[in-house]
Amino acid sequence: MADITKLTIAQTLDCLKNKEFTSTELTQAYIKSMEDNRDLNAYVLETPETALQQAKISDEKYANGTNRTLEGIPLGIKDLFCTKDIRTTACSHMLDSFIPQYESTVTSKLFNDGAVCLGKLNMDEFAMGGSNENSYFGPVINPWHKERKLVAGGSSGGSAAAVSANICAAATGTDTGGSIRQPAAFCGVTGIKPTYGRCSRYGIMAFASSLDQAGPIAKDVRDCAILLNSMAGYDTKDSTSVNIPVPDFEKALGSSVKGLKIGIPAEYRPQGLNDEIASYWDKGIEILKQAGAEIVNISLPHTKYALAAYYIIAPAEASSNLSRYDGLRYGLRVNGNSIDDMYTNSRSAGFGKEVKRRIMVGTYVLSAGYYDAYYIKAQKVRRLIKNDFNNAFEKCDVILTPTSPVTAFPIGDKSMQENPINMWLNDIFTVSVNLAGLPGMSLPVGLSKDGLPLGLQLIGKPFDEETIFKTAYVLEQEAKFERLK
Amino acid sequence: MAIDTQTVIKIASLSRLKIDEDKVEATKDEFNKIINWVEQLSEVDTDGVEPMFAVNDTQLACREDIVVEGNQADKILKNAPIAEYDYFVVPKVVE
Amino acid sequence: MILEGKTGNWEIVCGLEIHCQIISKSKIFSSASTNFGCDANQNVSFVDVAMPGMLPTLNMECVNQAVKTGLGLRAQINKYSVFSRKNYFYADLPQGYQITQFEYPIVGEGIVSIDLEDGSTKDIRIERMHIEQDTGKSLHDMSPTKSFIDFNRAGVGLMEIVTRPDFSSSEEAGAFLKKLRSILRYLGTCDGNMDEGSMRCDASVSVRKVGETGFRPRAEIKNVNSVKFVMQAIDAEAKRQIEVYENGEEFEQETRQFDPVSGQTKFMRKKEFAHDYRYFPEPDLPPLVLSDEYIEEIKNQLPELPDAKKARFIETMGLTKYDAMVICENKETAEFFEKAANGHDGKKVANWLMGDFFAMLNRKNLTIDNSPVSAENLGKLVDLIEKNIISGKIAKDVFEIMSETGEDPEKIVEEKGLKQVTDTSAIEAIVDMVIANNLDNVTAFRNGKTNLKGWFVGQVIKESKGKANPQIVNELLDKKL
Repeated sequence: MADITKLTIAQTLDCLKNKEFTSTELTQAYIKSMEDNRDLNAYVLETPETALQQAKISDEKYANGTNRTLEGIPLGIKDLFCTKDIRTTACSHMLDSFIPQYESTVTSKLFNDGAVCLGKLNMDEFAMGGSNENSYFGPVINPWHKERKLVAGGSSGGSAAAVSANICAAATGTDTGGSIRQPAAFCGVTGIKPTYGRCSRYGIMAFASSLDQAGPIAKDVRDCAILLNSMAGYDTKDSTSVNIPVPDFEKALGSSVKGLKIGIPAEYRPQGLNDEIASYWDKGIEILKQAGAEIVNISLPHTKYALAAYYIIAPAEASSNLSRYDGLRYGLRVNGNSIDDMYTNSRSAGFGKEVKRRIMVGTYVLSAGYYDAYYIKAQKVRRLIKNDFNNAFEKCDVILTPTSPVTAFPIGDKSMQENPINMWLNDIFTVSVNLAGLPGMSLPVGLSKDGLPLGLQLIGKPFDEETIFKTAYVLEQEAKFERLK
Repeated sequence: MAIDTQTVIKIASLSRLKIDEDKVEATKDEFNKIINWVEQLSEVDTDGVEPMFAVNDTQLACREDIVVEGNQADKILKNAPIAEYDYFVVPKVVE
Repeated sequence: MILEGKTGNWEIVCGLEIHCQIISKSKIFSSASTNFGCDANQNVSFVDVAMPGMLPTLNMECVNQAVKTGLGLRAQINKYSVFSRKNYFYADLPQGYQITQFEYPIVGEGIVSIDLEDGSTKDIRIERMHIEQDTGKSLHDMSPTKSFIDFNRAGVGLMEIVTRPDFSSSEEAGAFLKKLRSILRYLGTCDGNMDEGSMRCDASVSVRKVGETGFRPRAEIKNVNSVKFVMQAIDAEAKRQIEVYENGEEFEQETRQFDPVSGQTKFMRKKEFAHDYRYFPEPDLPPLVLSDEYIEEIKNQLPELPDAKKARFIETMGLTKYDAMVICENKETAEFFEKAANGHDGKKVANWLMGDFFAMLNRKNLTIDNSPVSAENLGKLVDLIEKNIISGKIAKDVFEIMSETGEDPEKIVEEKGLKQVTDTSAIEAIVDMVIANNLDNVTAFRNGKTNLKGWFVGQVIKESKGKANPQIVNELLDKKL
């Protein structure tokens, strides 16, 4: 039998239904792949026993015809999703022995639909980072040209690398400023951050509450649609999740883009944009034009300020969200002479450098005397960014941009290590989408000259993931990107 | 505006984070770099713009007043660094 | 109230902040029970201890209760309100922030009328009221080196009511707290038990020279747990501040606490050590929007409140202002009174209620809810007197029996044969007998010692075992002496 870990979810489901292999065999194949690919450092916890137990149930369900929509599909779970009785760490020393007694809504939906849990995936600590280098468990190695030791992107680096290297059928991710889309682009896989409020945040460790969204990272557009069907939906446990029907995203695939208006924002082609990235963007535009879509030039004038607004709002919310990690009720405790000493010692030992940096920035921008100048100002700029998109969507149905201004870079890049802002600048094309709460997808369209994947991003109207799926499917069919074998 | 050493120490203390003495200067410099960078927002005219606090225009949905959770001290205390007699235990809190 | 100092006359400026625990079954942001008098950490949800990934969900009942309370405070109900995070590290505060309301509270400005000793009333302005979550509780006396923390109370809903600095004496503050408690209890939104901590008061106190218009720095006295202590704290703190000023010293804003043992306030911290709470809108909860219809619906559910009841009792039941105030302070008392007075003489029922009835409850250490004398029976007793069936004196005996047995007074009077004798001939026989047996006094009376009349009346009533109608006795004696 050919390597079944290379199949997409859609293909795998067909095979399972046709009894070409069992769920147990499939899971074993992925477990073997996990073992073979430990050098990538994609998983921080492997749960083969849980997986095989779930696979056994899946086999029974297939046997008696009660199989569910994701029956037997082995998934990797980003370590930000709380999984009941399975260690969940956010890749922080703070939580390196934390065992949740509850399950996140998104993972429980996936497992209730029959998915199998292979283990927990590496990420930047508390999802703060764009290279997965901020993980307590060390960086993930990009599976493309392993020997070059490139980053997998972040924060969902483990998720993107595991999907790319076929160590899971698909993975969950979360995206606060690009954390699904950017690693998906770096690793040559597909990922979607749905509209804010589409998926429940319940049970996902919070980074920045008004920006965080869960979404799938998968081998192709169809798999993303299949997974998002399972993950999405209103949840009374998350007051920011939105109570509107979830359409069948898979049904959007294959419909024509004829007459669809594709917005091309001028501001996403800054001076000095990497030529290769620019040319793949042009190629994407050409594909859609050929398919009958109408290309519309649009302007998102406040794009330039999105990063600064983001790096005020996200740290502000994070500084508050991470206050609960005080060593009192769970997590790392380092004793001190007083309870305040205990807090300070525990937090200083438990958090990594980038997390501390953002907590401090967040504390500063919220503190007395600075709140209006920074936090309120940033939230006003955020409104302007959202208005930019509202105006743009008067003229177009979906927006096409590059996902990232760069391709995967070497682990330990000096300029980024020395100046965090250089790292943050990589988020330029993705953060606006989070600030505006819009859906955004990254899909691979080709390789750079030195053989690294490049991604394009599709941005949709709020709760219009269907148009993104429809458009992405057309691009995917024509771009014919070859996944890693 | 430039941030001085004292402010950095105060912010660290508010954050319950410790900065080693030999790192205070470097932290201050980095902090200034970041804050100067985000200050580019002052270029944006935001007069009359409402800050965007809620992402979607949804109203808060309320929960019915029924008791669903409880009687799970074991689960609540499961990850506690120290628990005794079903209490969380910490070094003495002095007010 | 004027306080005389060495350098002149001073006055008190005081405002109150009161935290009131909301009556609801589940907590404000989680579905765990609000009952915290159980074993440690039993009524706790993952949300209450801020487990990673947990999110708050707002309890509708807490909103209902807040709106009811706002209406009871004759306050503006804000149709748009926003939850905020108040950030600070504290052992009892699991999230590292309290979810509260800051810039946009659910209730705006209102008015509470207070009744003062001299019979006057004063309007106290309410600045705002918001809803928020309570903290857990630390036990410090179980070990010399360790604190033990219980989160059963964490997340119970609170209403924080803030007044304007309208109190110029401790009496006014005391009257306000009693009135507020009464309103909350009428509404059923908070049980108002300060000793149990379900109502907690912070007082901010400053003084100024009579005639000054601005405010001097104030002391915030935290968490005082009885009306009496709040009053003592205000007086003690005002006196202390006057002494500070009169000694030529300066006084800066600070936080203090009240020590019930010494009756004095103690220094806690200076203002510059106040927390930097870093408030910002709670991103986990969208704004709370209330409709006019919803507010109207709550309005329609409101019970009659103390002031309205008081006015009605004065107007339609003939009570004095003072009686009405005493009876209406407590909802149960007012309801008991209304039931007892139904169809009877309200004023007389009130006299009985506030006299023998309250004395009996006190003596027996009972509350009105478990009184052996029912409202109906108290009404009947008053009726028996009014209809001349028993005398006031006999009524007291009947009441004694009622308070022992709980029996119907009509039945007691019937069974024990206590009905007043109004049969003139029967009384006449006793009068004749008393005259015959006391000829000395008859002579003395006729010789001008007219004050012996009362003595004769007493003798006749005594001989009748208290049952003779005093009016008839008087008439017969007048005739016969």
